[in-house]
Amino acid sequence: MKKSKLFDSAGFRRTINRLAHEVVEKNKGTEGLAIVGIRTRGDYLARRIAQKIEEIEGKSVQVGCLDITLYRDDLHGRLEQPQLKSTEILFDISGKILVLVDDVLFTGRTVRAALNALMDIGRPAQIQLLVLVDRGHRELPVKADFVGKSVPTSMKQQVQVLMEEVDGEEGVYVIEGDEPEQKEKKP
Amino acid sequence: MKLQSRHLLGLDGMSKEDIQLILDTAVSFKEVLDRPIKKVPPLQGKTIANMFFESSTRTRLSFELAERRLSADVVSFTTAGSSVSKGETLKDTARNIEAMKVDMVVIRHSAAGAAHFLSRVVQANVLNAGDGSHEHPTQALLDMFTLREKRGSLEGLHVCIVGDVTHSRVARSNIFGLITMGAKVSVCGPATLIPRDVEKLGVSVYHRLEDVLPKVDVLNVLRIQLERQERGLFPSLREYHRYFGVTKEKMALATKPVTIMHPGPINRDVEISADLADSEHSVILQQVTNGVAIRMAALYLLGTTN
Repeated sequence: MKKSKLFDSAGFRRTINRLAHEVVEKNKGTEGLAIVGIRTRGDYLARRIAQKIEEIEGKSVQVGCLDITLYRDDLHGRLEQPQLKSTEILFDISGKILVLVDDVLFTGRTVRAALNALMDIGRPAQIQLLVLVDRGHRELPVKADFVGKSVPTSMKQQVQVLMEEVDGEEGVYVIEGDEPEQKEKKP
Repeated sequence: MKLQSRHLLGLDGMSKEDIQLILDTAVSFKEVLDRPIKKVPPLQGKTIANMFFESSTRTRLSFELAERRLSADVVSFTTAGSSVSKGETLKDTARNIEAMKVDMVVIRHSAAGAAHFLSRVVQANVLNAGDGSHEHPTQALLDMFTLREKRGSLEGLHVCIVGDVTHSRVARSNIFGLITMGAKVSVCGPATLIPRDVEKLGVSVYHRLEDVLPKVDVLNVLRIQLERQERGLFPSLREYHRYFGVTKEKMALATKPVTIMHPGPINRDVEISADLADSEHSVILQQVTNGVAIRMAALYLLGTTN
């Protein structure tokens, strides 16, 4: 199986730095800002971004994580169920500027599910989307506000994001062929 | 991630992995119940029929709430006023309900095996909400969920089920589930209310609360039914309370912190003293809250796989 590297761990770190800067630049600081990551890797990314923003601005931002399983549009008719985890957003999202974080933006269906899930929890003033990799092939009208890297891919390829917290190593890869080593989060 | 069966009929024979999956899934639903909007969409478009051939308030409400919070369409009926009172058989009732394109059926019936029977004659997923003195799986699951929440793990925990074990489906489901999960189970009650050969299920038997109290971590106190007295199984409620009622005085014999459970509805000062039912040892109301989360988990897991 061919595997080409998009980022190594240093590239990963620099990208997160840049994205954090972009978030504070666009929002002119951290006033009313909160960050919500989509489980699993979006959650860890969100925490990294929040930590970086704190380093930049000297103010902490609230972080939460969202499990979108119950909002997926392909829950029925699957043979295996995705494991249901909990949403942990321990603050009121109403009136907040939420930065929604995910690792890979692909069809846009995960983001649609996440938006519905957030709307059931509260009424944010604004939701912005941050992704580490945008691989194209949208099936819904979704566009990210902050993108780590845009990568044109074919439908046969898989984008694999590895993070220290989950995978014990860090990097982003494009894998050829239909069988990924790690099941990619495709909603 | 998937349950081995299409139905939830009982905990007898259910694997540890399946029980674990339901308990873990319920954790997520408990979080949903703490939200301002307590509704999620996974069973949108599914129709669930609640068939209660035996009276029940708590279980029926709990199931209905769980179903609605998963966005299912819900129809419910109780025996009174339905065609059952006109002599229709269970099979015909079920077939008719099925003809209305129902996806899942929740059934409570006074006959043991009613849910199993139903699962063989209809296409829908069947959930047993209590069948005679046989099983009441969601009650046992919510008991285990509550215990896990309170005590961290079920492994090695000594749970004593006190009261009318013979006629209790709650006791039976709890015994099956708890033993599978690695807990130690005992039963305590008058000899007339303890089934013969219950030891074969892997439980120890006590006939005096005083003997078991020093050893227990958990007491699951069963409701004592008045009609049992009429049948001569114990002399009087007062006497029952004196020997098997769980009271503050008897609890002084405990050597470990004890969690007290009760499946409800409580007969205050019969099987449990009122002060104890309201004490900090009691998790009786948590059990009710958790019941909705457990039923959401079971309905979700059964309703979203083919």
